[in-house]
Amino acid sequence: MAVTLLEVEKISKLAKLRFDDTQKNKLQEDMNRILDYVEKINELNLSKVEPAGNINETYNLFRKDEIKQNLKQEEIFKNTFTKSPPFFKVPKVIKK
Amino acid sequence: MKPVPRSLSEIRDLIKEGKITLPNLINSCLENIKSQKDLNAFISVFEKDAMQNAEIVQKKIIGGKAGKLAGLVISVKDVISVKDRLMTCGSKMLSNYTAPYNATAIERILKEDAIIIGKTNCDEFAMGSSNENSYFGAVRNPFDSKRVPGGSSGGSAVSVAAGMCTASLGSDTGGSVRQPASFCGITGLKVTYGRISRYGLTAFASSFDSIGILANDINDTAEILNCISGYDENDITSSKKPVRDYYKEIQKEINPKDIIIGYAKEAFETGIQDEIRETILLKLEELSKRGYRVKEISLPNTDYIIPVYYILTSAECSSNLSRYDGVRYGYRAELEATDGIEEMYTRTRSEGFGEEVKRRIMLGTYVLSSGYYEQYYKKAQKARQLIIKDFGNAFKKADYIITPTTPTTAFKISEKTDNPLEMYMSDILTVSANLAGLPAVSIPAGKDKNGLPVGLQITGKKFDEAGILRLAKYIL
Repeated sequence: MAVTLLEVEKISKLAKLRFDDTQKNKLQEDMNRILDYVEKINELNLSKVEPAGNINETYNLFRKDEIKQNLKQEEIFKNTFTKSPPFFKVPKVIKK
Repeated sequence: MKPVPRSLSEIRDLIKEGKITLPNLINSCLENIKSQKDLNAFISVFEKDAMQNAEIVQKKIIGGKAGKLAGLVISVKDVISVKDRLMTCGSKMLSNYTAPYNATAIERILKEDAIIIGKTNCDEFAMGSSNENSYFGAVRNPFDSKRVPGGSSGGSAVSVAAGMCTASLGSDTGGSVRQPASFCGITGLKVTYGRISRYGLTAFASSFDSIGILANDINDTAEILNCISGYDENDITSSKKPVRDYYKEIQKEINPKDIIIGYAKEAFETGIQDEIRETILLKLEELSKRGYRVKEISLPNTDYIIPVYYILTSAECSSNLSRYDGVRYGYRAELEATDGIEEMYTRTRSEGFGEEVKRRIMLGTYVLSSGYYEQYYKKAQKARQLIIKDFGNAFKKADYIITPTTPTTAFKISEKTDNPLEMYMSDILTVSANLAGLPAVSIPAGKDKNGLPVGLQITGKKFDEAGILRLAKYIL
């Protein structure tokens, strides 16, 4: 099943990425080439196979409910764009 | 290039004999970094701190109070957090990001007096097999600078191979430690999933990622592993299985008759460079002459390894990398006053990520999207189960599996950049260990006619790092 240009646009919206027309065409070509190849898994009979979940055996891990030292606020905000503790400043969320 | 000791034991001996000091050694490493700047192995170098720490550790060694890794000069792939240092992940997205804490593995090596010399270049967010996908430029192979060093831990492999440090910590999601180790003629270990805590390792594909060790000397690999493996409450997937003394274990004698080596014929079939096939088969023959039992085993689903790997890792990456949105840290696009938050997300991500990362996010979003989830993602998870079973069956017949690490030796820069699928195929022999969560090590096994290193890979049962390292030491 080939990926259409319309699907490339839909997926890029979901992934919050933007591409120009040349990039879209290249992506469509690349994705189709890769998907064509990965279609190979359809040759396998998987009807009775359980999907692999965790790679190692898993068990519940309990710990005491204690307060531990976390990163300090000023350490966290060193990496922010606006350096405006205690807030992360972003552009307007609600349009007028 | 200034000569530097190959291993930790050599360094310790030379220091004890008074022939070198740790500050001298750091100086030589720093000179090698400077004189080979064209290889582009480092993103940041900790010149001043490394020198200061060298003086402290030198005193500790003389005073007999040094930690287990005293004397080790180590580099760290720039996807692992070192407190108060830049961690770029080879991406514009994090080119201004300073890690606010140490990864657990870093915490543990520092406690044992290892000296970190700098952070190494890598493919962006560890996605790549050639180290050409870095925002900071391609890394070059020290054996031939027109060729790639492998990836994604390319800078790590080069830093060890070119005398810039003694060992390096990298990460391996599909071969990112073993493949560059093979291309650069050094040792690269990927541990069992969960053996080393991933806390502080930037997530790419969480059910595949593992921290790995690159070194010249297999004893160093074992000593570093001793220090960094084991349960960590900050990573719930880290294992509580007891940590063995890997160093001690690999010094033990092996009785070849007790060991069965699996020869997976599928790994020697199509697409393998003749000289690599011959080199590895010759090694198997030698082992058999020395008394090891070499037995043919089968991994029938080998053809499905790359498809399953790319579906699942792209899916996991698209989810993991959704955190880079410009809100809390990292790059944020310059916006017009009228732009809203959606525009900030989209512009930030479009400008911050490179081409390969975007391609994988797109592919991952596609295979997880409504209508395709069942068709791709779920099927791939089932196929992963079959591959895990293949290894389960193989390890009923053999203790270890020996294959080449890579289908070819180091290829030329730009040779595969136009065709992502061809690039992905260079991981065909390494990704299965990540799909099944197994430990695997690549060791140098010879050179091809161009003088480029050939790697031999030993894959073992889960948590048998001691076994694969011991066999590796025997072969070396």
